[in-house]
Amino acid sequence: MTRNRVIGTSVKRREDPDLITGRGRYTDDLTRPGMLHLAIVRSPYAHAVVGRIDATRALEVPGVVAVYTAADLEASGIPGVVPTAWLLPDLKTPPHPLLAKDRVRYVGDGVALVVADSRYSARDGADLVEVDYEPLQGVSNPRKATEAGAPQLFDEAPGNIAFDWELGDAEATDRAFEGAATVAKVALRNNRLIPHAVEPRAALAEWDRSAGSVTIHMTSQNPHVHRLLMSLASLGLPEHKIRIVAPEVGGGFGSKIHHYPDEALAAWCAMQLDRPVKWTATRSETNMTDAHGRDHVTEAEIALDEDGRIVGLRANTWAAMGAYLSTFAPAVPTYLHGTLLSGQYAIPAIHVHVFGVFTSTTPVDAYRGAGRPEATYIVERLLDRAADETGLDAAEIRRRNFVPPDAFPFQTQVALAYDSGNYAPALDRALEMAGYDDLLAEQSRRRADGDGPLLGVGLSSYIEACGIAPSQVVGSLGAQAGLWESAKIRVHPTGSVTVYTGSSAHGQGHETTFSQIVAEKLGLDVDQVDVVHGDTREVQFGMGTYGSRSAAVGGSAIVTGLDKVIAKGRRIAAHMLEAATEDVVFEDGAFQVKGVPDRAKAWGEVVLAAYLAHDLPEEMEPGLEATSFYNPSNFTYPFGTHVAVVEIDRETGVVRLVRYVAVDDVGNVINPMIVDGQIHGGIAQGVGQALWEEAVYDDDGQLLTGTMLDYALPRAHNLPSYELDRTVTPCPHNPLGVKGVGEAGAIASPAAVVNAVVDALFHLGVRHLDMPLTPEKVWRAMKEGGRS
Amino acid sequence: MSYHVQLEVNGRRHEREVEPRMLLVHFLREELGLTGTNVGCETSLCGACTVLVDGAAVKSCTQLAVQADGASITTIEGLATNGELHALQQAFWDLHGLQCGYCTPGMILAAADLLERNPDPDDGEIREALKGNVCRCTGYHNIVRAVRRAAEGGAA
Repeated sequence: MTRNRVIGTSVKRREDPDLITGRGRYTDDLTRPGMLHLAIVRSPYAHAVVGRIDATRALEVPGVVAVYTAADLEASGIPGVVPTAWLLPDLKTPPHPLLAKDRVRYVGDGVALVVADSRYSARDGADLVEVDYEPLQGVSNPRKATEAGAPQLFDEAPGNIAFDWELGDAEATDRAFEGAATVAKVALRNNRLIPHAVEPRAALAEWDRSAGSVTIHMTSQNPHVHRLLMSLASLGLPEHKIRIVAPEVGGGFGSKIHHYPDEALAAWCAMQLDRPVKWTATRSETNMTDAHGRDHVTEAEIALDEDGRIVGLRANTWAAMGAYLSTFAPAVPTYLHGTLLSGQYAIPAIHVHVFGVFTSTTPVDAYRGAGRPEATYIVERLLDRAADETGLDAAEIRRRNFVPPDAFPFQTQVALAYDSGNYAPALDRALEMAGYDDLLAEQSRRRADGDGPLLGVGLSSYIEACGIAPSQVVGSLGAQAGLWESAKIRVHPTGSVTVYTGSSAHGQGHETTFSQIVAEKLGLDVDQVDVVHGDTREVQFGMGTYGSRSAAVGGSAIVTGLDKVIAKGRRIAAHMLEAATEDVVFEDGAFQVKGVPDRAKAWGEVVLAAYLAHDLPEEMEPGLEATSFYNPSNFTYPFGTHVAVVEIDRETGVVRLVRYVAVDDVGNVINPMIVDGQIHGGIAQGVGQALWEEAVYDDDGQLLTGTMLDYALPRAHNLPSYELDRTVTPCPHNPLGVKGVGEAGAIASPAAVVNAVVDALFHLGVRHLDMPLTPEKVWRAMKEGGRS
Repeated sequence: MSYHVQLEVNGRRHEREVEPRMLLVHFLREELGLTGTNVGCETSLCGACTVLVDGAAVKSCTQLAVQADGASITTIEGLATNGELHALQQAFWDLHGLQCGYCTPGMILAAADLLERNPDPDDGEIREALKGNVCRCTGYHNIVRAVRRAAEGGAA
């Protein structure tokens, strides 16, 4: 039997035939007989007291079946809240009710439900629900929210402070700064982003009165987590009476991890009315209710010795939580941000202080990269600022401070232990691809000649921590969940395989990638493997897809499950071959006696024997199936260097990204085509943050960029094609040697682009600009020079 | 109040009584069950709902069904012929021009409109032509490659 290697090859995606022909079924595509539609009445005020709610006119709309408020939810006796799932010490956790009762705290906070027999009638009804509001002052800036006199959102959170968190050695860091030859600083705003999955959130809920169970098809990145939180905190139904299915999901980027009120409200309505109920967000509704990303105010500084070696780093961050604590919100600016502040560098003293702050805005939670882009932005802006102050070249100062390849495993001063890495080759390759020296020469020429657009080159050498783990550690840090992953390998009597994975894809191509893993390990064709995900009734339990965890944790769970299947197969084969189990090996799709290829049983023969069970080893159960729960021993640590090249129009300040080079090390690669695609998409989102995207609130908390007209997304004509390459440093602690790739592009690129723009303007005295680098901002900086 | 509309979709004639405010995209999805056309923004800004109306790309969330009375419409479901993928569909598959797939039907139909007008576009022309269609997954890199591949294969 011969076998093609399938790991490491660009197998075309099996997901695609449905998606390119319109046969893919997303949540809003599903309909049921007798189905009703839910529309949610939302607060137009950032902060207000809710008074009388009058549904009279809404109920007169033809087709409107019911109108509900918080009082109805309360009367039904359900727990009725949306909890956070990450508890920090002394975290303030004011309840987040499914519908606001007395007070609304952000534009978009739900106050009433309208259920009708059509999408249009439900919307008509929602427009006619009359709500009396008494507006209060709001506050949108997380730092201002902590100042004296700021409006207070919760009595139990004085100063709007949800948590006050520190990491690192403050005294050692102080000493490092006192003795430093050079100190460079930056004060920055990490702009608030709206995720913008192109598919809006949606849910279709069906109540089975006889069974007492509810089935919810919904836009979910982690159906089991949604089921758990719905059961415990929102609906109060036992977990086994809730089935959550994620059909095709049209992108997530974090926004479909979190547990929101809306999907639970659709389920509650279905239970009240005993009819299927569908809720689909409009775009503006999605933009004001999907958890936003980033929104940090940071002051940071870096200290260096006379040789340009970093001796200390300090950061103070005010991180917006928004109006309520979303699912993983407290973890994002702390354990996913503070712990990354060593970057790729050997820094002997680091201290970080983070305030999590309630603001009268949409809740903030994990969005592609989640804390790690914010950390990378701080570190990589500081490296460039340090280069400015020391006169060292931006590449040289990085190279000089990299953790050396012989120092791994490397314990940072901010908790993480990097398992592996080799940073200089990625930097060198990126510089070579970009033609770094030539670019700098061209930049000088243009500055001297005064002709052509200004040219800037920006570097970003990032570190990422993926596959957040291990469970016992994240538990000690406040996670109310384990962060392992599960897989069930079901081998069918004829030898084909169905894999049930707890990872839940929404565009990443798990069905293809995971079938490659199985095909490789069992010597099968990929078409002999099916992958099932995204359904709590089918899949044992799972933590879902986010944090670049699916290959490293979900893929590893599949491998350990396969190991169990193969181990049992070896025992059966040994019995059939009358050999000792330890002498039987599984290679190239066959079980054979070591060194005696003629004494072998094919995969299919052994599998069939397992199911026939006519002659199995004594006391062995029939069948061939294994479930594995894989608990990783550490994070994985992808890294790389990205180079952005920008041109700036001297008259208008318009920034054009002309080239983008990315050299990433994500460990072993299962499907290069898919891996490259993940990098491409991440780059575009990070470039979007750097140049165009920003959720803008006025000081009171009114959202000014609630539509795609006001919120500038990257579009095809704004972007170049990307130039990619890889180095490969396998992860030493998981069976695939993979690290994860979903977020790398979004983590590296904001710093690369901002560094490039500041570099282009350096000769004009500009040392920092806050994202997004709109033409107006850049134009003003060109006119005003070194004001920052 | 309802209006009678008749139109041809993917070569089949349909007649319905519809509310005058019904969007074309809701007509396609909910009256005809053609859910391949997706809704991303209801404001003509994302392009997910792009279909061909009498051969031209139209964002079907910004046209009323009654406005399409008498028109001939092609949706993603009607692009393949006799089970054979359109060159754009094939190229999107071959070159990983999609991830979550939600923008893909609109993206492919917008590209079909481009190739009809300009059978041999360069990368810049492809990017310009697709600027009304948002993709949040691919960074557009492989979409541009796929459209060029389809053009080279003679998609128009």
